[in-house]
Amino acid sequence: MTLKTTPLNAAHRAMGAKMVDFGGWDMPVNYGSQIDEHHQVRNDCGMFDVSHMRVLDMKGEGVRDFLRYLLANNVDKLTMPGKALYSAMLLENGGVIDDLIVYFMNENWFRIVVNAGTADKDIAWMKKQAELHAPQLDIADHPELAMIAVQGPNARAKVWDALPGSRELTEKLIPFSAVEMGAMFIARTGYTGEDGFEIMIPAKAAPFFWATLAEKGVKPIGLGARDTLRLEAGMNLYGQDMDESVGPLESGLAWTVDLKSPRDFIGKQALLAHPPTHKLVGLVLLDRGVLRGHQQVHTAHGNGEITSGSFSPTLEKSIALARVPVEVTIGDTVQVAIRDKMLSAQVVKYPFARNGKAVVSL
Amino acid sequence: MSIPSNLKYTPSHEWVKTEADGTVSIGITQHAQELLGDMVFVEAPAVGRHLKAREECAVVESVKAAADVYAPISGMVTEINGILDGSPEAINEDPYAAWMFKLKPDNAADVDALMDAAAYQAVVDSEAH
Repeated sequence: MTLKTTPLNAAHRAMGAKMVDFGGWDMPVNYGSQIDEHHQVRNDCGMFDVSHMRVLDMKGEGVRDFLRYLLANNVDKLTMPGKALYSAMLLENGGVIDDLIVYFMNENWFRIVVNAGTADKDIAWMKKQAELHAPQLDIADHPELAMIAVQGPNARAKVWDALPGSRELTEKLIPFSAVEMGAMFIARTGYTGEDGFEIMIPAKAAPFFWATLAEKGVKPIGLGARDTLRLEAGMNLYGQDMDESVGPLESGLAWTVDLKSPRDFIGKQALLAHPPTHKLVGLVLLDRGVLRGHQQVHTAHGNGEITSGSFSPTLEKSIALARVPVEVTIGDTVQVAIRDKMLSAQVVKYPFARNGKAVVSL
Repeated sequence: MSIPSNLKYTPSHEWVKTEADGTVSIGITQHAQELLGDMVFVEAPAVGRHLKAREECAVVESVKAAADVYAPISGMVTEINGILDGSPEAINEDPYAAWMFKLKPDNAADVDALMDAAAYQAVVDSEAH
């Protein structure tokens, strides 16, 4: 099978990237040292090619009503144009189809960003639901848009430097909101726990923008560091921390599910009928080793499983997200089966690190 | 980086060096460390343990993944490299200097049967395609 490529593929190779097959995409995993790249983002800033993610626009009369029904979070929280909301999209049985970000542009237009690996499935689901409930809507995806994330304490200043006119437009942009700039779309969002922007840009213009950022000293960051950054920030990864077989309440996403308002949404009845038996917690390994996905977690209240685990460059310890019985509490010590050993880990409240600093203490 | 011609190799990417005292030191190759990326943890076999050839005996963990290390030949573990405990990144910096453990071979001639640099180069080349 031929791997899909982003408009920045040649740029990655020219910068010495180690390329890997990432869900069918030929993507940079690092440009040298993943740990150096991780620190680069926490301490200064770096840029990520996230063009594999899919942008879609949902347009037409009644789009808000439709999204109110389609998504587990409540789009009525979005009142200011450009404001974004993180939400899960659920099956009727409460399983998570995908997690996404939805931007309110105007009453006839919402923009949605979904994961690369789930994009086709997501669009098919949205179109199927729209046929049933809002056939007047137009749902169109934009594979012609590239996306570059610039993240870190100095990220915004670097973007302002690289992109004339962007400062005036985005200096007052509050976190988790976006603004259009010509054919570009600049959002103050990210997947690292640091300040910065995610910028959508027409594919043809992406290599020049990437090169300009590089000239201003912004270092390229691979998907390897993207994963450790998001894990430290306590952000879920679809396909690891949740999927169609588990609900959002067992995946650390209760804060994104609105069960209070009277509105109905797909999956709501299932969530109300089945209170969660498990929950997502953070783990910090007390012994030496590295926590990894699918390792079994033994607790006083039954077994659980690590969903994402790695080494945290900021904490210099191994950390993980784990799905464990709801009775497990913060501060508990649990045992993790790693090869032929049982190692001790402490249950912590995540995030582990944000804004350049560790926020977990043992 | 070229593959040192004074060492012997295994298809599972360990290198083997015969020391002056007749023991052999064992580490992982440049190719292996490149595949794994930044090392964060090394679990070496216990001193005094007897290993059989091709037995899983150690683990290297990078940020990205864990990889087993196999005993290239049969023998007794005589020493482990304590430096890697606190500085596993030494493997990334100089994989052919960062030995993981030393063995007293059951049969010194077993080392001769391992791959030389040219044969190992062919293994690396075949993996690249």
